[in-house]
Amino acid sequence: MELKLPLTKEEIRSLRAGDVVTLTGTIYTARDAAHKRLCGMIEAGEPLPFSLEGAILYYCGPCPAPEGAVIGSCGPTTSSRMDAYAPILYAHGASGAIGKGRIGTDVKAAMRKFGGVYLLATGGAGALLAKCVKSAEVVAFPELGAEAVRRLEVVDLPLIVGVDTTGEDVYDRARPL
Amino acid sequence: MSIREVSAASLSQAVYALFLKACVVPCRDVLDALEHARQQESGPAAEVLRQLAENAKIAEETRLPSCQDTGMAIVYLDIGRDVHITGNVTEAVNDGVRRAYRDGYFRKSVLSALDRVNTGDNTPAILHERIVEGDRIHIWAMPKGFGSENMSAVGMLKPSDGVEGVCNFIVECARKAGPNPCPPVVLGVGIGGSFEYAAYLAKRALLREVGSKNRDARLAELETVLRERINALGYGPMGLGGRNYCLAVHIDEYPTHLASLPVAVSFCCHALRHADCEI
Repeated sequence: MELKLPLTKEEIRSLRAGDVVTLTGTIYTARDAAHKRLCGMIEAGEPLPFSLEGAILYYCGPCPAPEGAVIGSCGPTTSSRMDAYAPILYAHGASGAIGKGRIGTDVKAAMRKFGGVYLLATGGAGALLAKCVKSAEVVAFPELGAEAVRRLEVVDLPLIVGVDTTGEDVYDRARPL
Repeated sequence: MSIREVSAASLSQAVYALFLKACVVPCRDVLDALEHARQQESGPAAEVLRQLAENAKIAEETRLPSCQDTGMAIVYLDIGRDVHITGNVTEAVNDGVRRAYRDGYFRKSVLSALDRVNTGDNTPAILHERIVEGDRIHIWAMPKGFGSENMSAVGMLKPSDGVEGVCNFIVECARKAGPNPCPPVVLGVGIGGSFEYAAYLAKRALLREVGSKNRDARLAELETVLRERINALGYGPMGLGGRNYCLAVHIDEYPTHLASLPVAVSFCCHALRHADCEI
């Protein structure tokens, strides 16, 4: 299934855990330190450096771009470290996140409430994922280096729907052999 | 007896070359094991293994690291006692790491633990030195990702827990880790020694070739049993369900104190990377 951003609320609600999809459009990288800062700004009532409305966040801290390249290797990081912040971001307009590994029940509840989807990128496939990135620009917290927020234009980013808006979790399908 | 002189500069250069090589593509033995696993999987698990095979090819062609977590630099030095290194060993290793991470466009992931201020050059490395016989230096470079490192654990078990307790501890570590360490994983296990030595053995066991048989027949059997028990959890590649969560278990054992039974489990993701040389 080919998804084009931005996704409508209906499109998000139609996604099902386990769907193999590709994503094309604008996403924002944000990981541990950027999440802490964004939530601190929300709490302080400060304007955010980019609009969260409909945003898809990518839990990723890329390698530096070599000469002539748009970005370095850029696979996902473990999502559960963002669990403390994710519900706040969904409440402030975010539509989804891309990461790897399980997410907490509070995050799933926020996704159900506000209409968010959790997408899985393949951990350790950083070179493959970098090929899908057509442009990258730091839009916030440049001093955080790899953890700065980058606006990425991606084409056909290969993903799997991890948790859908009904709360269905693809990881729950793994069964003892 | 003659003492051979090795300059700190040549040590630094060797460390530099090893990290430039190791950070880009996982070891061949791991890629072979992943390919074998791919033939046994279906659905989303097969899809991620297909992506990993393609990813390794792209990394090789483009020299982009296969994984953006180019890790913290772990370095093992076996220094022959008939070698005299002229210069500062620690500084030479850090200099090699610093230059490799700069020139390779690898991610600088090292920061102060409490203040979280990045050192900017991926130093300091973690350095383990041993004095051995001879007049050579054997160097191993292991860029170690921390998604898997975070799942590692040490257990100070009771002697009465025995082999069964040790196995249960290891399987329980895998059960708790689930999809987080980027499976298929390789597990290094250290049994015995002390608190820190068990962890040292576990990490060092990751250097063994995947698919190789333990020289100790009893440990070889334990490795097979553990791998089967862990894979029977059914987590599969990336935790998406399947038969291949664990590619290999590598165990090393050392005598311990009569009051204890230490066991350490070192997780490594499918991006198991290391390179070595002798100077």
